[in-house]
Amino acid sequence: MTETLMNRINELISHYPEDKKKSALLPVLHEVQDAHDNWLSIELMDKVADILGILPIEVYEVATFYTMFNLKPIGKYMFEFCQTSCCCLRGTEDLMDYTCEKLGVGIGETTPDGLFEVRGVECLGACGYAPMMQLGDFYKEHLTREKIDQLIADCRDNKIILHDK
Amino acid sequence: MSQKILLDKINVPGIKTYEVYRREGGYTSVEKALKSMTPDDVVEEVKKSGLRGRGGAGFPAGMKWSFIDKKSGKPRHLVCNADESEPGTFKDRYLMEFIPHLLIEGMITSSFALGANRSYIYIRGEYMWVFKILERAIAEAKAAGWLGKNILGTGYDLELHVHCGAGAYICGEETALIESLEGKRGNPRIKPPFPAVSGLWANPTVVNNVETIAAVPWIVNNSGDDYAKIGIGRSTGTKLISASGNVKNPGVYEIELGLSVDEFMNSDEYLGGMSTNRPLKALVPGGSSVPILPADLIFKTANGEDRLMTYESLSDGGFATGSMLGSGGFIVYDDTACIVRNTWNFSRFYHHESCGQCTPCREGTGWLEKVLWRIENGLGREEDIDLLWSIQSKIEGNTICPLGDAASWPVAAAIRHFREEFEYHVRFPERIKNRDHFVAEPFEKVRHLVAKQTV
Repeated sequence: MTETLMNRINELISHYPEDKKKSALLPVLHEVQDAHDNWLSIELMDKVADILGILPIEVYEVATFYTMFNLKPIGKYMFEFCQTSCCCLRGTEDLMDYTCEKLGVGIGETTPDGLFEVRGVECLGACGYAPMMQLGDFYKEHLTREKIDQLIADCRDNKIILHDK
Repeated sequence: MSQKILLDKINVPGIKTYEVYRREGGYTSVEKALKSMTPDDVVEEVKKSGLRGRGGAGFPAGMKWSFIDKKSGKPRHLVCNADESEPGTFKDRYLMEFIPHLLIEGMITSSFALGANRSYIYIRGEYMWVFKILERAIAEAKAAGWLGKNILGTGYDLELHVHCGAGAYICGEETALIESLEGKRGNPRIKPPFPAVSGLWANPTVVNNVETIAAVPWIVNNSGDDYAKIGIGRSTGTKLISASGNVKNPGVYEIELGLSVDEFMNSDEYLGGMSTNRPLKALVPGGSSVPILPADLIFKTANGEDRLMTYESLSDGGFATGSMLGSGGFIVYDDTACIVRNTWNFSRFYHHESCGQCTPCREGTGWLEKVLWRIENGLGREEDIDLLWSIQSKIEGNTICPLGDAASWPVAAAIRHFREEFEYHVRFPERIKNRDHFVAEPFEKVRHLVAKQTV
């Protein structure tokens, strides 16, 4: 836990009454995950429990409930395609197939270099801008094969910003 | 051109920033409410406006506010529900991303009306960049003196923060949202007690949708009566509609309630018709949970009247021939869309999002998904259609929160209006195994194969 991260965590905790520190759990887990290769180890979760003054189990039960928390290492660039109906009407499924083929992975798999992972997720609330995906904190919308090619190239060239800090 | 209340200033350059928003007349409702009105006056105006909850249920907002427990003397809270996750719905995000101060202004005015001194905006975790936009906007508002202690010298204090979820549709249900805000799993609570009595940290709490709160500044600045003049009957004011699917101009639109579905769908001011030159097949007018309508029930109700964009007209005929305005997630299907595949997709969504507390929903949604998957993949059995009907009827009404109902309705409506398509899947598995089958062969061309023989 770096000093910057701890400052941010303390700021988030200050948003809730003093005896309700547990309320900060979700925002704090997001920050901790973002700062640690986008996944939460048991050690990190225990540390969060310690900071918030709650039991480790209270952190585990939350981290396992919400889909945005990753409990094992994942690809650095996770392409999370929205695969709910409205996006499918605009061709998400074909685009996912294309991306998987291009990267040589199946859905839910990480490339051997640890750079990419493709996932199908449920409605991201961008139905009118479909097909789309989430990459880090941001949405990539109105996707086409060309845009996927460009994104992959940009990721390889380290041109993609994942988090807005 | 219909009147715009929420998106009136959306195209003003720089409206995202505090300076421009303020210059354009922003935060006047806070001044007016805090300096010249009592909290009860504000509640009264909102009651008069007829404003209904814009999250989907359509419950009158003023009435909801009047339920908040003031007698207990406990601190009160206003929580804004920005956990927009209903498939087809992306209106709140648009509002928060492009005019964040409107929501903050609404939060201050509404918190004042409720006597809340600590309020939160609960935003879904995927909207992380919007979370940051709101955080910065709140800091701007605070620096300008609209938040904190003794606002405008009136003695009213308000702390406002934004809180993020982490990917759970169920947290859009108000008691699950409160649980999540307390740092727990998003399991809905048994009601009563209602949040108005025991909500966040067991304090009296009101949970309102983003769009509902964003309408409050206009109502306070003008009047409840002026707001009620817009719209038809009990559907007052304007509504944001987010349109997606096979339409020419998908996106977010503000309409006056009472506009006809035909005009919304086909005029160039709105959706501009279909994106392809293919015929319209079906419409989900209010987010994935509401019943799907077949082409012949979209523009006209069952008794031949024009179908209007109002709570009443869209639900005309009940679920037999109507649907719901819901959250305003307007999903349009052309004839290449497969209703079975769409229903399976929605069922997968509800199965994934069920919190697992109630058996009918936890088990039933998975069962629906499985049966629909096998029908869609050519493995269906003749009795599966009745099985689906039976499962959905046993989930509906038997769960703590409405997610069970929301999972049942789309299945029931799809079978009610498109039963022949399900039969076609079961009886001609070889023909439907190709994923693109409806692109090559719209259902209308094969309907005769399953049509009832008349002697």
